[in-house]
Amino acid sequence: MSAPLSYTMLSTSGILGYGFAEESLRAGMTRNPSIIGCDGGSTDPGPYYLGAGKAFCSRLSIKRDLRLMLQAAVAAGIPCIIGTSGGAGGEPHLQDTAALVREIAREEKLSFRMALIHAEVDRALLTRRVGEGRTRALAKQPALDAGTIERATRIVGMMGPEPIARALDQGAQVILAGRSSDPAQWAAPAMRAGMQPAPSWYAGKMLECGAEPTTPKEPDCLLVTIEGDHLYCEPPNPIRRCTPLSVANFSLHENSSPIHHVEPGGLLDTSDVLFEAVTDRVVRVSGMRWTPAETYTVKLEGVELAGYRAITICATRDPVLIAQVDAYLATHKAKVQAKAAAFGVPAETWRMAVRTIGRDAVMGERELFRGPAPHELGFVVEVLAETQDVANAVLAMARTSLLHADFEGRLCKEGNMAFPFSPSDIELGALYRFSVFHTVAPDDPYEMFPIEHEKV
Amino acid sequence: MALLRDIAQIIKSKNAGPFMLTIDVLFEDASIYRQVKATGVLNAALFARLYNVAEADVLFTPYDTALAFKATLPRLVPAGDFGDTDVYGAQQHAPLLDVEVPLNLR
Repeated sequence: MSAPLSYTMLSTSGILGYGFAEESLRAGMTRNPSIIGCDGGSTDPGPYYLGAGKAFCSRLSIKRDLRLMLQAAVAAGIPCIIGTSGGAGGEPHLQDTAALVREIAREEKLSFRMALIHAEVDRALLTRRVGEGRTRALAKQPALDAGTIERATRIVGMMGPEPIARALDQGAQVILAGRSSDPAQWAAPAMRAGMQPAPSWYAGKMLECGAEPTTPKEPDCLLVTIEGDHLYCEPPNPIRRCTPLSVANFSLHENSSPIHHVEPGGLLDTSDVLFEAVTDRVVRVSGMRWTPAETYTVKLEGVELAGYRAITICATRDPVLIAQVDAYLATHKAKVQAKAAAFGVPAETWRMAVRTIGRDAVMGERELFRGPAPHELGFVVEVLAETQDVANAVLAMARTSLLHADFEGRLCKEGNMAFPFSPSDIELGALYRFSVFHTVAPDDPYEMFPIEHEKV
Repeated sequence: MALLRDIAQIIKSKNAGPFMLTIDVLFEDASIYRQVKATGVLNAALFARLYNVAEADVLFTPYDTALAFKATLPRLVPAGDFGDTDVYGAQQHAPLLDVEVPLNLR
């Protein structure tokens, strides 16, 4: 089979469940894309969702997006690929997404072959790989060890394009991938169709967040067409445009380096990329290079349980308190420590963090602004403890103490804080923290990602 | 003197993975980008000072083809861990807005 001259792909949105205009999908489908898809997730919303096995988008919004995509894919007879299903790409995330697909298929009387590609790691195998010296730490993390693997609540591997291409080879029309490298779900079908690796990977980088390389930048659809060694980006929605600035801006998205992008199986070098306006809403991108890696590596993400949290939110409008807020908060902490110790919870078993909104709640210690005091300050009080009960108890004491503690020159003797809600205290549940952020060298690109087919 | 906020079209921050923060400054006009680059005001030392990290911990890359500067540095707290203030890292750009660039434009 010879490669086609060009290959068009349609990404519906930045994340499955963020939504897109139905007209954009319709307009995009008239361009006869060979594939439609959407990235289902990211580590960006933080470690909680990987640990808890939950999605960060709602079931309702994910179902809405999926329904439109499945209908479009079945009508056009093309594959529909979802990367990093369910937000974090672990087993519960994958299974919840698969259940939604089956539900939609029943409701809409759709039928297709579906493949699930699992991405949770086999801990025994990973521990063996640690012993064989085949894991490496990323971002200056400590080396991976058996204890960290054992303690982790969940660990996923980030698949490359190979397992996705294999699922297509095996006849799947709908592919739900567990955790996958964001561009992999696009690089897979493009390279399988005979497109060159460099523009295929770059196309994946452009498509991974839907219409983000456009202006105005909002969740919506994007078309990318690969031709030879270059590609074209164009939004199907006529209200949006791709400009050299909007595309260049997105090329910097979430990468440490703008020129070297490490992917499973190689390096995408974008040092000499050119962004050229073809029309006022189509941009041509060329000049990317792909260098295959000597060793195939898979990135790992894992989280461990770090305790339980409760929070409360309140604010003060009192200028006397605002003028001495640092001293007030220091006294407050000492009071909470003494009162918690009195009910049997020693200070070393919990931690409290207070974010002061209006002063440094966004940048913390990195805040450089030292301007005049504002007329009101907000507080988010966070307590972390080993159990939810202890976190709740200390937080409740912190809330009472913040409301009623005395301070120099106090006029507001009925209470120091405005609490907007009853109940005032919010159980945040488990705190997970990233504990695995490493790479592993598997025997081949498939061994960590079993493919399971079903007829829907 | 010009303030960066008045001459750049995009100044933004975001996580680059859970442990790093990446900050981008982009220009639409190639000539302004080249002039800003020539002043040398944007460099690893500036980001080290603004974000209170060691200069060795700043990966600073001018990216000519995108008319952009990128700096990547460690987050204060890993994303979503106890005490974090900005899980997405999307609001850490402000210290750059008022950086003075010795240029007289227009």
